[in-house]
Amino acid sequence: MHKIILKKQLSADVYMLKVYAPLIAEERSPGQFIILQLDSDFGERIPLTIADADTEQGTITLIFQVVGKTTIRLAALNEGEVIANLVGPLGKPTHIEKFGHVVCVGGGIGVAPLHSIVQGMKKAGNRITVIMGARNKELLILEDEMRALADELILCTDDGSYGRKGLVTAPLKELCEQTPPPDLAVAIGPPIMMKFCAETTRPYKVHTMVSLNTIMVDGTGMCGGCRVTVGDETKFVCVDGPEFDGHLVDFDNMMQRLKSYKSQEQQAPHPCKLDQQIENKNQ
Amino acid sequence: MSAHRTPEQIQQDAASRLEQILQREEPLKPKERMAIPVQEMPSQDPQIRRANMEEVAVGYFPEQAKLESMRCLQCKTAPCIKGCPVGIDIPGFLAAAAEGNFQSAIAIIKQSSLLPQVCGRVCPQETQCQELCTVGKSLKDVNQAVSIGRVERYVADWEREHGAQPPSVKPPSGRRVAVVGSGPASITVAADVRREGHDVTIFEAFHKPGGVLLYGIPEFRLPKAIVKKEIESLQAMGVEIKTNFVIGRTRKLLDLMAKDGYDAIFIGTGAGLPKFMNIEGENLVGVFSANEYLTRSNLMRAYDRERAETPIFKSKKVAVLGGGNVAMDSARTAVRLGAEEVHLVYRRTEVEMPARVEEVGHAKEEGVIFHLLENAKRILGNEYGLVTGMECVRYELGEPDASGRRRPVEIKGSEFVIEVDTVIVAIGNESNPLIRQTTPGLDVNKWGNITVNDDGRTSLPGVFAGGDIVLGAATVILAMGEGRRAAASINKMLAGK
Repeated sequence: MHKIILKKQLSADVYMLKVYAPLIAEERSPGQFIILQLDSDFGERIPLTIADADTEQGTITLIFQVVGKTTIRLAALNEGEVIANLVGPLGKPTHIEKFGHVVCVGGGIGVAPLHSIVQGMKKAGNRITVIMGARNKELLILEDEMRALADELILCTDDGSYGRKGLVTAPLKELCEQTPPPDLAVAIGPPIMMKFCAETTRPYKVHTMVSLNTIMVDGTGMCGGCRVTVGDETKFVCVDGPEFDGHLVDFDNMMQRLKSYKSQEQQAPHPCKLDQQIENKNQ
Repeated sequence: MSAHRTPEQIQQDAASRLEQILQREEPLKPKERMAIPVQEMPSQDPQIRRANMEEVAVGYFPEQAKLESMRCLQCKTAPCIKGCPVGIDIPGFLAAAAEGNFQSAIAIIKQSSLLPQVCGRVCPQETQCQELCTVGKSLKDVNQAVSIGRVERYVADWEREHGAQPPSVKPPSGRRVAVVGSGPASITVAADVRREGHDVTIFEAFHKPGGVLLYGIPEFRLPKAIVKKEIESLQAMGVEIKTNFVIGRTRKLLDLMAKDGYDAIFIGTGAGLPKFMNIEGENLVGVFSANEYLTRSNLMRAYDRERAETPIFKSKKVAVLGGGNVAMDSARTAVRLGAEEVHLVYRRTEVEMPARVEEVGHAKEEGVIFHLLENAKRILGNEYGLVTGMECVRYELGEPDASGRRRPVEIKGSEFVIEVDTVIVAIGNESNPLIRQTTPGLDVNKWGNITVNDDGRTSLPGVFAGGDIVLGAATVILAMGEGRRAAASINKMLAGK
């Protein structure tokens, strides 16, 4: 059983939980995720990225957006309560080395998984530019944490309520146009954002890594529900990923697959906000 | 197709026949034994069971168990035993069952097999013990062989209903064994090793133990209550079970020995990586691996749409690719989830189908439409990425291939399209790469299966493996047999330490 040690609301529907999971805290690396389930008999299993870990406290930090049944119930749990099932760390760790100049782009809740990657990249001696985007100021998360890590921080909001007005792809393009261009781009956020980040960097041949969050059941390669088309190949996000070359990912197919159960979930009492997010091209 | 006989009719017939036999003074002659008709497995009416998840085969009545056991000729050579991967004394337990001594029958089985309730239900007996049965051979029909599996199931269920005692455990040895995975191979190893007094911990990646018995085989073929009982029996012996624990991720395999103090490890993680056809359209919405489809329905209970939070695709027309038990399970699950049409597409003929004959029969009774000598060529979709159809091509049988089965050959120009909204790919599994990727020095073959010697030892000292991770996708009983062998060598190694 995994006890919730700390709970914080980061924005209207984004929460942070510190959860006691000493083994996962010890083994996890940047880029990895967990799967949790709140009810062993009828609960669904959902993947969430590990935003941070504290090996001394034996905790991992989860940041999630309330998007459906399980995250609504998760957000209703309080400090001292437990998460019935939590398994991880899953997925391959991020490939971290000294690349030089790394641009890390985070959109919406994607800033959470990006955080541990920025930590790792910084530690490896990279110069880091972080670009963070959200619909408005209220929805920006982890600004202070990122400011502490990044050599340069660029904030964007769709409505101009904070930082630059516009999409994250604009500053990304400017950085690509510089000489020399960045050595690596990392983009994590809604699929549509990752797609356009990849399209932005493609002409400049800046290698762009994306981290995918797809439908999963087991998270260990057993079901194949998470499969995506990468180049000419089918890959499983859970064991081959979650990180892939953004220039090779078929995002359109991925977005269609994310909506596999849309018609069914619309009949459920809680409309799935992930769908809105997939369709919201402004994010 | 013959009309469905109700369990009551079946029991009445069996009872009156048994009474006639019991009134006789002299013992049955072999010819008379063979004249007893094969006892039909009572089952739920196909029209009713299409809409429920309950077990299809309801099990023999005691009269049937006795009658069927009397059909055994007690051959001195006992060819049936050679067909059993774990070498159960089949004539021995049938003789006891024929006398109505079910307690002693189950005791005989349990000397060799740990999971008779499971194996009695899911073993492909017609290609194992029953294939070699003299009665079947004399009557020139394997379906006329003694129904060994059905009697096995009866006596195993009888024991469960009468309160089975967990096996006794020797005093603590101070040795510790880690078992990775909780399917049939691992359950067997855990029990056999624990019996010798060693501490045993099972590590399971899912939130519930049981492996393929839980996530793969549907309730209507293997009730989950039975799997739960088997697991509880392990726990009663003192086996510890850690769920939500992925060896290779939560802990590296070798850390179990280096950091956590285990003296030996058994890897029984199964063949858990679904194969796909590698055809166009396979990543469209509505294409699933059988693993995913069955796991959603079985482990995650998505068939219970009211209560389960895990969704499962709502299908009108389903195509299942494959001819094994998993294909049958998928097709029959789709029927129960309300699909209007379920097509099973297999590129050979029914003779070559690896599925159990009983499951093929059940699938047909439930209205699954069989497409033999056909195969999928590509899957068609619309602008939303949803499956709209499947292009198939016809085959004919050519020369026998390496497996001895006649090779299916594509008939050029025979393409046609069937309209479906769902495609379930059930063409087998490969080995899961997680452990081999995270365990340096662990030798695997070109298919990624862990290589072991005759004792189940891997290339790493103290590490053993068995079941589908060694065999490739096989059966419950073979996994169990492998487990027994590995457990024996673990026990031998620990005794010598």
